Amino acid sequence: MPVDASDARPVLELERATKSFGAVRAIVDGTITLYRGEAHALVGENGAGKSTLVKILAGVHAPDSGDLRVDGIDVHFRGPADARDAGIAVIYQEPTLFPDLTVAENIFMGRQPVRAGRRIDRRAMNSAATEIFTRLGVVLDPDRQARGLSVADQQLVEIAKALSLNAQVLVMDEPTAALTNVEVDRLFGVVSTLRSHGAAVLFISHRLEEVFEACQRVTIMRDGAFVRTDPIEMLTVGDVITAMVGRKLDTMFPKTPSHPGDVVLEVRGLSRTGIFSDISFQVRRGELVSLAGLVGAGRSEVARAIFGIDHATAGSVTVDGKPLRLGDPLAAMAAGIALVPEDRRQQGLVMGLGIDRNVGLASLRRLRRRGLIPRSAERLLAEDWARRLQLKFARLTDTVSTLSGGNQQKVVLGKWLARDPRILIVDEPTRGIDVGTKAEVHRMLDDLTSQGIAVLMISSELPEVLGMSDRILVLREGRLVAEIGGSDATETSVMRAATGQEAA
Amino acid sequence: MSNQATELAAPQRLNSLRRGLFRWESGLVIVLLAVIVFGAGEVPDFLGSTNLFHVGLNSGEIGIMALPMLLIIITGEIDLSVASMLGLSGAVAGVMFEAGTGIWPAILVALAVGAAGGFLNGFLVARFGLPSIAVTIGTLGLFRGIALIILAPRTVTGFPTWFTSIGTTPVPGTPLSVSILIFFILAILTAVVLQRTGLGRAIYASGLQPEAAEFAGIRVRRIKLWLFVLSGVVCALAGLLFTAKNASVTYNAGTGLELTVVAIVLFGGASIFGGRGTIVGLVLSLAVIGFVQQEITQLPASATIQGIKPQLQQIIVGALLVLSVIVPGRGAALRRLLRRAGSPKRTAGAQNPDVHTSEVTTSGR
Amino acid sequence: MTATLSPPRQGHTRFARAGFLMRVRELGIVLAIVLVFVAATSVNPAFARLDSVQQLLIGASIIALMGVGETMVILTRNYDLSIGSILGLSAYVIGMTFRAHPGTPIVLGFLIGIALGAAIGAINGWITTALRVPSLVVTLAMLYVIRGVDGVIVNGSIIGSDVVPRSFQAVGFATLFGIPWMAIIVVVVVAVAAYSLRSFRWARDLYAIGSSPEAADLAGIPAGRRVFTAFVVSGALAGLAGALFLALYAQIDVNGGTGYEFLVIAAVVVGGVAIFGGSGTVAGAALGAFLLNTINQALVATRISAFWNQAIAGALLLAAIAFDQWLKSRMTTKLQLEKGALREQSSD
Repeated sequence: MPVDASDARPVLELERATKSFGAVRAIVDGTITLYRGEAHALVGENGAGKSTLVKILAGVHAPDSGDLRVDGIDVHFRGPADARDAGIAVIYQEPTLFPDLTVAENIFMGRQPVRAGRRIDRRAMNSAATEIFTRLGVVLDPDRQARGLSVADQQLVEIAKALSLNAQVLVMDEPTAALTNVEVDRLFGVVSTLRSHGAAVLFISHRLEEVFEACQRVTIMRDGAFVRTDPIEMLTVGDVITAMVGRKLDTMFPKTPSHPGDVVLEVRGLSRTGIFSDISFQVRRGELVSLAGLVGAGRSEVARAIFGIDHATAGSVTVDGKPLRLGDPLAAMAAGIALVPEDRRQQGLVMGLGIDRNVGLASLRRLRRRGLIPRSAERLLAEDWARRLQLKFARLTDTVSTLSGGNQQKVVLGKWLARDPRILIVDEPTRGIDVGTKAEVHRMLDDLTSQGIAVLMISSELPEVLGMSDRILVLREGRLVAEIGGSDATETSVMRAATGQEAA
Repeated sequence: MSNQATELAAPQRLNSLRRGLFRWESGLVIVLLAVIVFGAGEVPDFLGSTNLFHVGLNSGEIGIMALPMLLIIITGEIDLSVASMLGLSGAVAGVMFEAGTGIWPAILVALAVGAAGGFLNGFLVARFGLPSIAVTIGTLGLFRGIALIILAPRTVTGFPTWFTSIGTTPVPGTPLSVSILIFFILAILTAVVLQRTGLGRAIYASGLQPEAAEFAGIRVRRIKLWLFVLSGVVCALAGLLFTAKNASVTYNAGTGLELTVVAIVLFGGASIFGGRGTIVGLVLSLAVIGFVQQEITQLPASATIQGIKPQLQQIIVGALLVLSVIVPGRGAALRRLLRRAGSPKRTAGAQNPDVHTSEVTTSGR
Repeated sequence: MTATLSPPRQGHTRFARAGFLMRVRELGIVLAIVLVFVAATSVNPAFARLDSVQQLLIGASIIALMGVGETMVILTRNYDLSIGSILGLSAYVIGMTFRAHPGTPIVLGFLIGIALGAAIGAINGWITTALRVPSLVVTLAMLYVIRGVDGVIVNGSIIGSDVVPRSFQAVGFATLFGIPWMAIIVVVVVAVAAYSLRSFRWARDLYAIGSSPEAADLAGIPAGRRVFTAFVVSGALAGLAGALFLALYAQIDVNGGTGYEFLVIAAVVVGGVAIFGGSGTVAGAALGAFLLNTINQALVATRISAFWNQAIAGALLLAAIAFDQWLKSRMTTKLQLEKGALREQSSD
């Protein structure tokens, strides 16, 4: 269906929306316009603000400022129900279904067709569900429990729910991330069916080939701001990648030439069924190696398996040639591995505890003197690292929840550096922190490598990956697909490997 | 950086001073003083050594059971089987003693049964990932049921005098009962563990944010498992003291005490959601409840009140339990209620589930 | 790489088909009841006599009735521990009414019990939903507060069969075509509840809330109101159970109904209601109650010991939740393997 943006009235417009979470500005200019019958792609790097924008459309977040119009009328959503009533349906990457209820009930929850006496008409409900599935061209038993459905089928249920609501706008947040090729094809079939029924589909995806295959227009976001919206045929993959990553070159990375020493960490054939498989690589002393890839490629999961949070189902990890007992974080810690996890608030810090307690949390055994932990030792340790990391704080006993994102990250780093690790794994070390602290973290990582620590960095920010790494390992769909030398890497080459644009 | 720190320090310090004044424990001190002053005024010789001995005698086992309960609640779990374990331990010891094994083997086996029962709880919770509420409701019935099987409907008596004298004579030179002395010793140990050891840090962290604790190398599940074992052993000990105090064993000893134990822990400022709670609060809370119960039994009152004193205690303990869960969140709950009543229009609805739930109109088909 | 693995996509559909597991579970309980019955009868043929079977039905009735309300509460991921105390208080208040006003119609007796239970359930529900206090704590406290209030009201006196009207007692022992009235009342309540839980939107909301609170939120389900309703129903049925208790035993003292909350939860969970909420049926819960009671009376009939009852209930409760958990984790593992295999396949 051709889209003529000039005379049709947009079904949904978001203009100049902003949204901050505390000190972090997630969106500075959220702008997007959707027309009936179009499949519209929203692309951007991880952390560009796409998910926040989606949540504004879904009524989950209220924007701090900006306008949202549905069919030309200003709306203010007080919750997801409002957005739903306005005809906006959102399908999240991880669908939210009721596992104990049937597929049909999931579709019609709270709106089940009823017969005399307000009794639910199961037969009508099931046949209505079947009818929707037929319209979508898929086969799914409506009387089956939702527990145990594949992610693809769960998404179909969500789509069916949206259809049953007569949604005019269907937002899909990375719907293909967990799907197989066959399932993706089926999804695209469904999307074109939806368009032919006059719905607008907003499609958030990292996989550019899919964007080009399924969408008519594309909106690109970068650093929380709108960059451009264009018909897809006016762009090439290269244009899109450039617009996504191209930023002002004012961020200088403090990379000093490194002199990698012996192999410290060796990962061989590491696999975790259904998550990643056959991952092998080495990291040397004084070397910074990056794991790049899209969200869902399995990067964090590899880190978790090395550190022992998750059990690997196959493969081995050796540190200094000595095999590491897998599935035991304490063994990993004893071998000198430290992990600064992805989710600072859930995994990195105990938010309700003070700075001192958090810094000491991974060093409890080292702080022990005759069985007890002297308060002075804990305080000294925290003071020491607060000074070294230039932490901004009032009192060491203040809970870490009072700190800014950047300072919280420094506390996490302090906690692990206090253990004198030989191998430091950092997962998204600069996500959600301010520019100044970001630069400090980069300097710190560079310092650490020059002190001979092996650093394995997971990052979704390409400039960071390119600016900091000695080597870049690219993961795609749970497999190691490319290894690129730090000096040879470009934004485009990494992105192409990560999205599977060409053999790297 | 440093000048920033000093800049902030002044108001922050004031804040923490204010926090200190309004701490739950400070409130408990005031309540405790009020209870003591009231008792001293109304009950003759309220602070005399006989009375104090009875306060300790009546609260000893409860306090002892409350200590591991506090640790378990801090990790975000709960153990409702404590009173049943108290009963089972007494029953096991009683049956063995009756069979002529002598008192020491009986005591040791009772403690071992406590450890085994605690291990069952801990295993199902920590290894199987089952909710501790359901598991310990199950073992509440199981332990009491086993006590019933091995003992009922008999009552075992005839324990050695030295054993039963634990329940009737104070520790020489003090007005303290043996049970309350053991409570104090264990309380000090627990306080040291909680405040000054890595295990204590790990226990708080496990309750506040289990995932972050795992990522810091804390074996959250292992800690929970052993806390349940500890609870079993300590409750078995309480069961032995309870037996000594009564000089007899019945299968239903201490039925319902789990409520009092949970109430003392929560009234002592621990959060039912985990991560918060102190020994100081627990000791104060135990003292308040111990003194109040003593006042109820000692108050000269009319015959009508006389008959219902135990029931009065149940009502007070139950009310304290609910209050201590409601009051800490009172500010927030009140605001929620006002907001719901007052202004239906709020913009950031998503954070607060009850806003849109109250306004949804389900569109029929 | 190796495309040899081709997992059956819809292979376990029958397995996952709604209600399939539930029916297997319920069938299993029926089988267990039959086994216990046959075993007990072979030891003591009197077990199969009509009056003995009537006792089986009557004995299970009160637990099954309270199990209906408890099921509704547990479906929403809550607990109601106060039902045993509500039963006691309800029986008492009804008895006192008969004592004070000997001419009171027996229907009014039932209504008083139901209203009283509903009122206490409303308090439980209000504190749980409006003040956001975990229902475990609220109802545990309520268990003892009511027990205390009970004691204050009773003040040592006991309601005996002299004050309970014969016509009221008749509900406890009379039969219709050989079926005890008690059992008929309970079967009707269970049937109505079972039908309602399947057929009304508000009832399906209960399942939704327990199955995924987040999704329920996104679907705009008024969780607070529904949970409140569940507590009111649970209280009302416990109040009705109090009336039946009084009719059956024609007497009540302060300890009447003590420990029933435990038996009810055991019955409900053994009957297949998930302790994590979201799944289970009242029919299953009633079967669970019937199984526990059959075991109990079989122990008496075979002269083993009546004292085993509580321990067996506790052990069955633990076994049931452990089994459910095991089943769930097995299903997750299977899915994970399937997903991995699919991925292998598609990346070729």
